[in-house]
Amino acid sequence: MRYVDEFRDAATARALSTRIAALCEPGRRYKFMEVCGGHTHTIYKHGLEDYLPETISLVHGPGCPVCVIPMGRVDDAIAIAEQPDVIMTSFGDMMRVPGGRGSFFDSKAAGADIRMVYSPLDALKIARKNPDKRVVFMAIGMETTAPSTAMTVLRAASEELENFSIFCNHVMIIPAIKAILDSPDLRLDGFIGPGHVSTVIGCRPYEYVARDYGKPLVCSGFEPLDILESVYRLMVQVAEGRCEVENQYARVVPWAGNPKALQVIGEVMELRPHFEWRGLGFISHSALRVRARYSAFDAERIFDVPGVRVADPKACQCGEVLKGVLKPWECKVFGTACTPETPIGTCMVSSEGACAAYYNFGRFSRDRVREATRS
Amino acid sequence: MCLGIPGEVVELMAGHEDLAMVSVEGVQRAVNIGLLRDEGVTDLRPGDWVLIHVGFALSKIDEAEAKASLDWLTGVGDAYTDELRALAASDIT
Amino acid sequence: MNTTQRADRAGETTREQQVLARIAKVRARRPKVREERITLAHGAGGKATHTLIEAVFVEAFRNPVLEQLEDGASLDTEAGRLAFTTDSFVVSPLFFPGGNIGDLAVNGTVNDLAMCGARPLHLSASFILEEGFPVVDLQRVVASMAAAAQAAGVQIVTGDTKVVERGKADGCYVTTAGVGLLDRPLRLSASAARPGDVVLVSGPIGDHGITVMLARGELDISADIRSDTAALNGLTARLLDAAGAGVRLLRDATRGGVATICNEAAVASQVAVVLDEKSVPVRPVVTGAAELLGIDPLYVACEGRLVAVVAPEHADAALAALRAHPLGEGATVIGAVRDDPPGLVLLRTSFGGTRVVDLLVGDPLPRIC
Repeated sequence: MRYVDEFRDAATARALSTRIAALCEPGRRYKFMEVCGGHTHTIYKHGLEDYLPETISLVHGPGCPVCVIPMGRVDDAIAIAEQPDVIMTSFGDMMRVPGGRGSFFDSKAAGADIRMVYSPLDALKIARKNPDKRVVFMAIGMETTAPSTAMTVLRAASEELENFSIFCNHVMIIPAIKAILDSPDLRLDGFIGPGHVSTVIGCRPYEYVARDYGKPLVCSGFEPLDILESVYRLMVQVAEGRCEVENQYARVVPWAGNPKALQVIGEVMELRPHFEWRGLGFISHSALRVRARYSAFDAERIFDVPGVRVADPKACQCGEVLKGVLKPWECKVFGTACTPETPIGTCMVSSEGACAAYYNFGRFSRDRVREATRS
Repeated sequence: MCLGIPGEVVELMAGHEDLAMVSVEGVQRAVNIGLLRDEGVTDLRPGDWVLIHVGFALSKIDEAEAKASLDWLTGVGDAYTDELRALAASDIT
Repeated sequence: MNTTQRADRAGETTREQQVLARIAKVRARRPKVREERITLAHGAGGKATHTLIEAVFVEAFRNPVLEQLEDGASLDTEAGRLAFTTDSFVVSPLFFPGGNIGDLAVNGTVNDLAMCGARPLHLSASFILEEGFPVVDLQRVVASMAAAAQAAGVQIVTGDTKVVERGKADGCYVTTAGVGLLDRPLRLSASAARPGDVVLVSGPIGDHGITVMLARGELDISADIRSDTAALNGLTARLLDAAGAGVRLLRDATRGGVATICNEAAVASQVAVVLDEKSVPVRPVVTGAAELLGIDPLYVACEGRLVAVVAPEHADAALAALRAHPLGEGATVIGAVRDDPPGLVLLRTSFGGTRVVDLLVGDPLPRIC
């Protein structure tokens, strides 16, 4: 595949890997956070850590939008889905995410009409085909996905569709990064910035990370060589004592982002005063809701939503994992009480989550795996 | 967090001003290009590549930037191969 | 690195190993169904399916033949050795490029018998029909079944029909059962893989699963792709003729795909299966669809591909035999069996890294994240 295969070349990876190793100061350990769950996925899927020296570790951040949805919101969505004549639509990612009383899959098994869609526009199509049903789209995702939801609402408004609404759970990555930077026990040397979020917001919003917190950030693509190059660029910055925002993913990310996308988000949505992130707690101005002028498309206003907060389970240490203070295996319940089949915490929920990724792909010591796969 | 896949614009769909048929290795889907359209105008043409996310084109791929990025990576790879070769040569002497 | 740091590092590694050992213990526990109701994941062939089978079915029906959990049962009878199997088909849509529920039902059962090393002989077919289902559709399904049976050299010799009220079924479900003759002195089994063995696949993977996913129409994605549904008994006969003594196990890579089969073999044989991503054949169009949907072709179903584990000295003969058959033209070596870590499937990625290929919990779901 064009723009994919050429960024997966093993020989180039070996070359980059030696350059990275050459930048390591003896005795020093480096920790970089990849903010985005998509990066976590790439890192495990391709076995990218095999190219990094032991002294560089990658910390998997909070950028998995289904993982950070608090349990109470999942319960709210299920409460909507279970009302009469409702068809709930959702991305596949959301189906297994547990709330306080089960997941979409469980609710579907109990009789609710919950359907998977690839695009919010597909939900709109279901609404057109089922005029006697009320079709709700479970809107999740970060800045990357919010414009698509907003465009869909605009479309519904222009068609004057009366049976379509969205349950808005869009979250914003910038306040979450800030919350992590503000945490007192944080030890990070820099960030691998979320490339696809940046197609929308551009690179400017990260400037405070370098300016106010003195941490370099490299906005990165999603192929394994992209991430390896980003680690290299971060190491160069650290070695030279610089901290700047760089754009490794310029083939897709314009520095200024996508103004049209930002404009449609602003037209349809506004900031919530605060929103709860699973594992990170309440973060102010970190999520979006539907503006009053589009209230006809806002499931939160149309339906009776319980809105009961469900506290994260006590044993769960996702917050520490998300901040990079603990490694997944250091959590007390990792792999025993908390597994991908029966997740307790956010990081185990989706395959993007730091713990699930480690459980599925990284569970065995790298030495043992390397030994076994040697040809 | 956000799956985005590069695809090639095959055609702008007549009668649906916001839709383009996009191909990923021969797999086709109509993709909404409204986010790459300003004041109703788009400079997208068949043969252009876009990044697709949840059925929307989020950005047009910049071929020059992609080439620059690849050139740099290839340069790193070539330099490494040369070093290895030099190392192998010095071993013999 | 100074001495203290090195000690820290060593301590950390030990602690990590302890945690991993604890997890291995938890994973080895007898499975329990935790859900109150059956969900779609229980039918997807991944962890939830395994749990359901172990905790509910095997628990109730326990006997030495069933406990082997092979695709079919191998029975020693006074009349000789027989293979016996059954399979239900609920595919939606009923018709898709390359096939329909009818040929799928015949080929599926023929293949389960063939994977036991048997010569498939006779099939039964049961139909659950929904009130209102068009007779012309039923005739199409049945005609495909007749054609598939003829192609596979088997006869459908008995059957049953039930009709349920509208809304109680999705048009038409088909259950087939089959018997075959185990006329070769072989005992193929998921527990027979040995370190050093070679893992083969008979052609490109994922065609059927992607075809059906796209044919449902919900994703609005179109591609020039057809199901690979086919009866594999001709292919297995060739393979066993050429390399029979060296063939340890055969599986058709249906639900759960190649990854699931390899996991079953790794666990049953207590070996490591090491796959080489670069060697796994996947058509570009399947790769494209899988990238777009965020799923991994290793977990996508095939209906006309087999995975064979073969002793190393027979690997060349096995590969040549597969390639000489039209259904095995794309056969290739995709991996090898090692002794450590037992029970695990590892993948050497085309990027040059390594990772674990675990069982999925349920179906591979299209994802956006």
